[in-house]
Amino acid sequence: MLKKLLGSAALLALLASPAAADKVKIGFVTTLTTPAAVIGKDMRDAVDLAVEHIGGKMSGLDVEIIYADDEFNSQKGKQATERLILSDNVDIVAGYIWSNVLLASAPVVLNEGKILISANAGPAQLAGAQCHENFFNIAWQNDQTPMAMGELLNQVGVESIYLVAPNYAAGQNMVAGVERTFKGKIIGKDMTVWPSQRDWSAELSKIKAAKPDGVFTFYPGPAGPAFIKQYQQAGLSGEVPLYSVFTLDSISLPLFQKANMEAVLGTKMTQFWAPDMDNEANRKFVADFQAKYGRYPSYFAAQSYDSIMYIKSAIEAVKGDVLDTDGMRVALEKADFPSVRGPFRMGNNHFPIQNFYERTVVTDDNGDWTTAVGRVILKDHQDPYASQCKMP
Amino acid sequence: MSLFTPLRNPANMFTALVLVIFALTPFVAPLIGESFYITVFARIMIWAIAAVSLNLIIGYGGLISFGHAVYLGIGGYTVGILAFHGVESAWIQWPLAIGISGLVALIFGAISLRTRGVYFIMITLALAQMIFFLAVSAERYGSDDGLNILARSDFGVSFFSLQDKMTMYYTIFAVLVASVLVSWRLVNSRFGVVLRAAKSNDARVESIGVATYRYRLTAFVIAGMMCGIAGLLQANLEGFISPDMMNWPRSGELIFMVVLGGMSTLFGPVTGAFVFLMLSELLAGWTHHWHIIFGPFLVLVVLFARGGIAGLLSRGVRRG
Amino acid sequence: MDYVLLTEQVLNGFQLGIILFLMAAGLTLVFGIMDLVNLAHGSLFMIGAFVGGTIALLTGSFVLGVLLMIPAMLVIGIVVEMTTLRTLYPRDHLDQVLATFGLILFFNEAVRLIWGPEGLVVPLPSWLDGVVALGFGITYPVYRIFTIIVGLLVAFGLYLLVGKTRIGMLIRAGASNRTMAGALGVNIPKLFTLVFGIGAVLAGLAGLIITPITQAAIGMGEDVLILAFVVIVVGGIGSIRGAFIASIVTGLIDTLGRSFLDDILLFFMPSNAAESAGPAVSSMLIYILMAAILFFRPQGLFPPKGAGG
Repeated sequence: MLKKLLGSAALLALLASPAAADKVKIGFVTTLTTPAAVIGKDMRDAVDLAVEHIGGKMSGLDVEIIYADDEFNSQKGKQATERLILSDNVDIVAGYIWSNVLLASAPVVLNEGKILISANAGPAQLAGAQCHENFFNIAWQNDQTPMAMGELLNQVGVESIYLVAPNYAAGQNMVAGVERTFKGKIIGKDMTVWPSQRDWSAELSKIKAAKPDGVFTFYPGPAGPAFIKQYQQAGLSGEVPLYSVFTLDSISLPLFQKANMEAVLGTKMTQFWAPDMDNEANRKFVADFQAKYGRYPSYFAAQSYDSIMYIKSAIEAVKGDVLDTDGMRVALEKADFPSVRGPFRMGNNHFPIQNFYERTVVTDDNGDWTTAVGRVILKDHQDPYASQCKMP
Repeated sequence: MSLFTPLRNPANMFTALVLVIFALTPFVAPLIGESFYITVFARIMIWAIAAVSLNLIIGYGGLISFGHAVYLGIGGYTVGILAFHGVESAWIQWPLAIGISGLVALIFGAISLRTRGVYFIMITLALAQMIFFLAVSAERYGSDDGLNILARSDFGVSFFSLQDKMTMYYTIFAVLVASVLVSWRLVNSRFGVVLRAAKSNDARVESIGVATYRYRLTAFVIAGMMCGIAGLLQANLEGFISPDMMNWPRSGELIFMVVLGGMSTLFGPVTGAFVFLMLSELLAGWTHHWHIIFGPFLVLVVLFARGGIAGLLSRGVRRG
Repeated sequence: MDYVLLTEQVLNGFQLGIILFLMAAGLTLVFGIMDLVNLAHGSLFMIGAFVGGTIALLTGSFVLGVLLMIPAMLVIGIVVEMTTLRTLYPRDHLDQVLATFGLILFFNEAVRLIWGPEGLVVPLPSWLDGVVALGFGITYPVYRIFTIIVGLLVAFGLYLLVGKTRIGMLIRAGASNRTMAGALGVNIPKLFTLVFGIGAVLAGLAGLIITPITQAAIGMGEDVLILAFVVIVVGGIGSIRGAFIASIVTGLIDTLGRSFLDDILLFFMPSNAAESAGPAVSSMLIYILMAAILFFRPQGLFPPKGAGG
C-alpha cells in the first residue's frame, strides 16, 4: 500500500513537473467557482486573448498559464498559491481579485523569492509598510479610485454624502479613499456584512431618512447589480444620485439592460481605464475581445490583459532567463510596455502612478450599455501609502 | 487493552500506515519533488487533531456538536490577537489559547448539555455562530478578512523554533500522537466507561447514582481544549486567521471526517481527516466542478458505509 | 426618534420575517413529521429561485413564473424525497445532517453547471415596481408590500390546510404518533412524500419571491437556512404557529439591530468600530436569543405535543 501510494505520488510528480526551462510558467489565481466566478471568467478570457495576441510566446519561449481557483476564500486562495509554487513550480504568480486573498497568499510567493503581480487587489498594507521588492500591482491601490471619486464629488458640488460598502479590506479602503478627498459632510456610513448580505432594506431606509445629496457605494461582482436594483426599488434612484466605484462594469451592465433598469444610465464613476479609451493597445484589445467573446471587456479583463503584457516585457528584458529575478525586477520597475490605459509609470512601492478619469454609463452605437470615459479627475496620481514603503 | 492490541485490526493498520506517511513525508516529499505535500500533510494533521477531539464527544459521548470548529477559531484568534499586540511568546500564547478554549467550552457545554437530540445540534450551532459573528464584528482584528500573523509563536530557545519548517511539522505530528494517546487513556478509564454507558443508556447510568451531566460536561471541555490546540497550531502554520475557520461548514466538515473514518474508534478521525482532505485536494486538482462528485460521495458514504472506513475495513476482513 | 424611519424599519423586519417563515414552515413540517434534519432545504430555496426565475424570463411574466414554479417544485421535491431522503428517515440525525450536507454541495454545483456562475436577474412587472405612499410621509417599495401580503396569505392557507382539512388532520396525526396513524390506515410513505413536496414548494416560493430583490445566486439558501433552523428551534419543532412568531421576531431583531444598533454602540466605542460592529452584533443577537430561549425552554416556545421530543 505504502509502495503504491509513494509510486502514485512519484507518478504525479512526473506528470506535474516536466523538464522546465523551455517555457515560461505563469500561475494565475482568480475565482473560478462561487458566484464571483463571473469575474474570474472575464479575467481568464482576457489572459487567453493576451496569450493569443503574443502568439503563445515570450522571448521565444512557450507560455503556459496555470489557472488556480481561490474559491473566494483566503485560506483556499493561499492553498492554491502553495500548489502553484511548490507543486507546479511556476516562474511568476499573477492574478488576485480579492485583497484578503492576496494578503494571505503573498508571503507564500515572496518567501520563495518569486515575483508576484496583482492584477486587481491593491490593499493598503502591501502599498505601505508591508511593500516588497518582488511584489508589483498592475492595477491600482485600493484608495486611489475612491479618492478620485471624492474629488469628482467636490467638482460636481455634492455637499453631503452617505457611504455604503461591504466590511472587508477593500470596502474599508474604498470608504477611506472618499473620506480622504471629499470636502463635504459625510452624513451616514454603513459597512455591511460581506459577502453574505444581499438585502439592504435597512440601509436604504436609513439613506432615505438621512436625505443626502448623493450616495457613494462599492459592491464588486454580483452584489453590485443587486444593490442598485434595490436602490431603484426603494424609489431612491430619481431622488438621490448614486456614485460608485468598481460596481458598474461590463459584467453587470448587460444584466441591467436585460432587466430594463434605465436608472443606471448616466450614473457616474471614476476609473483608470474605460473600454473606449483611445490608444492603439486598447483599440486592439477591446475590438478583439468583443470579436472573440461577444461582449465588452470589464476592467478586470483589462488589468489581466495588461498583466500578461507586463510579464512579457520583463521576460524579454532578461532574454527568457526566468531565474534572473533581479533582471526582471528592474524591467518591471520600468513598466515599459503598451498598456491599454495608455502611458503610466511605476511608483517606488511598485504601484502605478496614473490618471483617473470620470466614467459615465451610456448607450453605444449598437444600443448596448457601456461606459464612456470623460475628463481627467486626478492626474499622475500616486497612492497615499507610498511614502510608508521602504524597499531594501 | 494495550495500545497495540488495536493494531491487529486492519482499519488500525491502515491508520498506522497513515501515521507512518505523516512521519516520513518531510524526508520523502522533497526527494520526489513534491515538497508541497509537507504543508498539505501538516494541515491534514491539524484537522485530524480537531477530529480526534470531536470524536470524544460525538463518538464516545453521543453528543452531536455542530459547532466544534468554534474552538479552532478561539485557539487561532487567541494566538493572532496576542501576536497583533506584540505578545509572541508561546509560553503566554499557548496556555491562554488552551485556557480560553476550555472556558468557552465550559460555558457553552453548561448551556447546551441541558438540551437533547436535535436541539443540542442546533444550540451548539447557534453558540458557535455567535462567536463567528463576534469575530466578524471585530474590526480591529480584521473583521471578515481576519489577520495576518507575521511571526510564529516563540518558545524563546534557540534549538526549538517554529519558524523552522521541520520543527513546525513535527510539533504538529507530536501533538497529533499525543491527542490520540490522551483520548485512548480517557476512553479506557472509569471516566470513559461512564461516558460510553451514558451514551447507550442515560437513564440507567443516572439510576445508579452517577451524574452523567458532569461527565458529559468534562468531555465537552476536554474536547474544546484539544480543538483549541488544533486552532493555535493552524494559526501558526497558515500565518493568518479569519472568521471562516469557525464558520458552520467547517463544523460540518469536522463531523464528516469523524464519521468517514469511523466514529468511536480510536484512529478513525485520523484516517477520516486524511481521506477527506486528500480526496478534496485531488478532486480539486482534477476539476473545478469537484463538488458535483464530492457531494454524492458524502451521501453514499452515509447511506452505505456505516461505521466509515474503519467499519468497511473490518467487515472486508471478516468476509474474506 | 424618527418615526418614519422606525416604521419603515419595522416593515423591513417584517418582510425579512416573512421570507424566513416561508423557509421555516416547510422545514418545521418536515422536521416535525418525518423527524428529518434537512440541510438541503436551502438548496430547494435556491432551485425555486432559478427554476421560477427562468420561467419568468422565458415567458416574460413574473406572475407566471411564480405560478408555474409551484408544480415544478412539487415534482422536484417529490423526486428528491423518493430518491434520497426517504432512505434517511430511519437513520439518526447525524446521518441526516451529513447526507443532506453532501446534497448541498451537489445542488450548488449542478445549478452552476446548468445556469452558469453568474446567477439570474429577474425583472419586476411595472405594477410591482416603484414605491407607494402609506401616509404620514412614509413611502415603501410596492414589491416588499407584495412580499408581505403573499407571505401572510400563505401563512393563512397553511393554517387552514393543517387545521381544517383532512390532509391536515393526517399530517397532525402523523406528527404526533406515526405508528398509530399507520395502524389507522394512513398511507404514511405517501403522506411523507406529499409533506416534503409542500415543503419544497414553500422553500421554492421563498427563494423566488426574494429573487427580484437579491437576484438568484448559487448558495443563496445557506445563510437563510441557518436562520430558518434558529427560527424553528425557537418556535418549537413542528409548530407552524411557533415558526411564524419566531420568524417575525428574528426578522425584526435583525433589521432593527442593523439600523439602530450602531447609533447605540456609538455611546460605547469610536464611530468607525460602531459602524462595522452594528450589523454583526445584531446577527449575534439572534443567536443569543435562541440560546436564551432554549436555556429556559429546552423545547422551544411551542413544544411539540405528544411527540415527546
